Amino acid sequence: MTLLFVVLFPLAAAVAILLGAPARKTALWGAGATLGATLLLYFGFETDQPGYQMVTSFPVSADWKINFTLGVDGLSLMLLLLTALVTFAAVWFTGEIAEHRNAFYACLLFIGAGAMGAFASLDLFFFYAFHELALIPTFLLIGIWGTGNRQLAAWKITIYLATGSFILLLGLIMLYRAVPEAARSFDFRVMQKSAVLIPASAQGNIFLVLLVGFGILVSLFPFHTWAPEAYASAPAPAAMLHAGVLKKFGLYGLLRLALPLLPAGAQQYNTLLIYLLLGNIIYVGLVTIAQKRLDWMLGYSSVMHMGYIFLGIASGTMLGTTGAAVLIFAHGISIALLFALAGEIRQRTGTLVLEDLGGLGKLMPRAGLAFGLAAFASIGLPGFANFAGEVMVLFGTFRNGANPERFRIYQIATVLGLWGIVISAVYMLRAYRTVFMGALGESLGAVTDVRRSLRVPIGLLVAITIWFGFFPQSFVRMVTPTFKSYFASKQ
Amino acid sequence: MIIVAPSLEIAVLVLGVLVLLFETFADQIDKRTFAFTAMLGLAVVLVASFFLSPSPTEPADAGFWSFYTADPLAIFFKRFALVTTILVLAMMVDYAPVVRNSIHAAAPQSGLGEFFALPIFTCAGLMWMASAIDFVMIFVSLEMVTISFYVLVAFMRRNSGSLEAGVKYLILSALSTGFLVYGITWIFGVTGETNLARVSAALVNPAVETGPALFGMLLVLVALGFKIAAVPFQIWVPDVYQGAPTPVTAYLSVGSKAAGFVVLLRVLQPFLVMPQMGRLLVLVALGTLIYGNLAALPQTNLKRLLAYSSIAHAGYLLIGVVCLAGEAVVFYLVAYLLMTLLSFAVLVAVAKQTGENIEDFNGLAKRSPFLAFAMLIAMASLAGLPFTAGFLGKFYIFNAAIARQQTMLIVVGVITVTCGFYYYFKVVRAMYWEAPAGDDAVPVSGVSRVAMIAMMTGIIFLGIYPQPIVNSLRPTAAVVGSTR
Repeated sequence: MTLLFVVLFPLAAAVAILLGAPARKTALWGAGATLGATLLLYFGFETDQPGYQMVTSFPVSADWKINFTLGVDGLSLMLLLLTALVTFAAVWFTGEIAEHRNAFYACLLFIGAGAMGAFASLDLFFFYAFHELALIPTFLLIGIWGTGNRQLAAWKITIYLATGSFILLLGLIMLYRAVPEAARSFDFRVMQKSAVLIPASAQGNIFLVLLVGFGILVSLFPFHTWAPEAYASAPAPAAMLHAGVLKKFGLYGLLRLALPLLPAGAQQYNTLLIYLLLGNIIYVGLVTIAQKRLDWMLGYSSVMHMGYIFLGIASGTMLGTTGAAVLIFAHGISIALLFALAGEIRQRTGTLVLEDLGGLGKLMPRAGLAFGLAAFASIGLPGFANFAGEVMVLFGTFRNGANPERFRIYQIATVLGLWGIVISAVYMLRAYRTVFMGALGESLGAVTDVRRSLRVPIGLLVAITIWFGFFPQSFVRMVTPTFKSYFASKQ
Repeated sequence: MIIVAPSLEIAVLVLGVLVLLFETFADQIDKRTFAFTAMLGLAVVLVASFFLSPSPTEPADAGFWSFYTADPLAIFFKRFALVTTILVLAMMVDYAPVVRNSIHAAAPQSGLGEFFALPIFTCAGLMWMASAIDFVMIFVSLEMVTISFYVLVAFMRRNSGSLEAGVKYLILSALSTGFLVYGITWIFGVTGETNLARVSAALVNPAVETGPALFGMLLVLVALGFKIAAVPFQIWVPDVYQGAPTPVTAYLSVGSKAAGFVVLLRVLQPFLVMPQMGRLLVLVALGTLIYGNLAALPQTNLKRLLAYSSIAHAGYLLIGVVCLAGEAVVFYLVAYLLMTLLSFAVLVAVAKQTGENIEDFNGLAKRSPFLAFAMLIAMASLAGLPFTAGFLGKFYIFNAAIARQQTMLIVVGVITVTCGFYYYFKVVRAMYWEAPAGDDAVPVSGVSRVAMIAMMTGIIFLGIYPQPIVNSLRPTAAVVGSTR
């Protein structure tokens, strides 16, 4: 039942705020209660157990076989934890809102609730539906409270995500219909069991549709152009939630549905996926270097890092896939932290153009320290959770069919992926230098450091990245039973 | 208690006549009383429809039951027509001042009585239509509906827009009626039958020539295409919808369209065995989807936008018809009823104060958060976001399309659904992003508020728990085909 509350708390808080409850207080309580309940789940979770735990189910439509089923395994629990953390941090981080204060908090909580529901659902229908719950709040958040070219950005993200979701919906229906009528079900557990009935010849098409659908949602190259623009225009808490959590829905979907249910299809389109993800790593990486604004740079960098997670998904090895899961979590935390700090800098200085910034390290030492740590994490330096994930992804990919005499696509992808790390070091360190080092920017007057109250969420996020950088095994152990079942048939 | 099916229609007719009679003699009282009386009466009939005694399931060879059926589909659409009419009457009460202003009559309230009485007769026609299983019956009930619409569309006789709409509707509708009768004669000429079941039986007979029968069916399709606003018979829709009094527009786009689809489902039954028919319908569906959605993109007048959106939704419904997914079509129609009537109800309230353009909704979230939220729900459902009835409707339509492997329809569907997001969200943008011109709240009458809350609840409830609709249709699956 705790699982039900995890989804209901943010929803209830959002509705209460819409009905006129004090916005900030209710939102903090709602997000805090969600985080608390998720931690309860985390500690009550039996790591070594395969399969789903804490399953609750309510029938919705007997004729259409829809049930509202919730349950977690290691993979989804990890994502729930990420969502709860980032939602809490994002709500805490929200500063003064000039207009429609209540609506702002309600939108944030709706996005959080949508992500929570999607990750906790064991039913295809609700898995999809909860994710879509975030669409209107995103449109409003960027459109009303955004900066820069907010209208264009809001339209772009909405149309991209709506199209991606609809293609995804078609793919999911195809997946549902791929097995004989008697075996059809929306329930993940049943689907996993009857997946063997899907003929190998049908798997390719379904996988391709799912890849395009999920790919648009995760900003897979060449469907990525919505992301940087939207994140640059969105208010900081919205960017945190979207880049940190909501975007991970597509990756979760691939790991949860496409890989285990359609192994032959995944095989068939792996090469294509690798070409596309190299576009993310190399092409988008180079584009990131060229950015002249901090927010755009962070937006592009988040697109680029999706490439590594895709690489883990495409690696075809247990190690690489586990790495992808760890990287999902690590990237979610680090990018949320970066967007939060960028939002803070924008609020104090009024600009995010790299040229106009400089020397902020003296005025904002705490922000500088946190930004530096988050940048290191994002590059993937040892000691941060991202490093653990990237190492596993790269080693896992390299290992697939490794033959010292001849490099094949997996090995070449690994080599190029390593170059991507150099690229991200270039832009991250350069950004850090321009913003925090050197002479103070001309237009910058009396800039103050991060507010005292914001040190809690920042400290929380930093501590988590470092903790899991040194001890990634707690996550690895959580997701291993899930992935073991995926690869059991192969090895 | 014994209530046989036709007594529902008779009760509605009697109600209409009574309202008209009293209206003539009681010229001192507030005319809105008649609207409330009518709503109450129709609600009683609605309740009575749940206590029907069973009627023969097999169509009889002769007599009353050979052209009238009370199968679950028919009963369901009788209720559908009743609910629609009640909601439209609620809208009309709000709209009454506009009508009064554009009539310029001697007495302050003259004309209003007819405005409230006519929908009752339309409702009776719609209810007959739902039960019609004979071409003659279909023709008569269709005419009953159409003629009352002639009057309603042109009701604001001092308003040139309304008159223009009335003339366009009259001419084109009369033309389509001609096609219908001509088509029926062809079918009758070939098969010697007007009863749908016997036509169906005759067509299977190898001695009967199918060519002329198909030609007749084509002509019937022209007439029905006009009713449901399918391409290429949709040209009248934007002008008529924009010109007619808003509640009448809502009635046209829901009641008339739903009845058209019920008749289409019944009439197509004998003909769908022929592959040519399926291909033709796919083409019509494609054209309707593309035209409705693309033409809706640049609209700036909300009423016109909703007109194009009603064409677009006819396209989605046609996908369901092509794929023989009767259940999906019916569910979609229910969702369509709720979301379309809700958006028109908000439009009536807002248009009274500012206007019908999308611009006039600017900053509505600040002025009247309740109305803005109602419109948000309606738009989300029309666009097809989950947890609304509109999403489940699309879900089942496309489920059927994938089951029948209609790739072309699916690909076009992806494009048109995306278009839909754009033009429905344009309204959301106006309400939430833009700054309002004034600060004064939009007044909403108590009846409208209750109706809106009921529709919002319905949209979200059915979006999460569709079982009640599915249940009430259960035995119909055999009648209209099922693709689950």
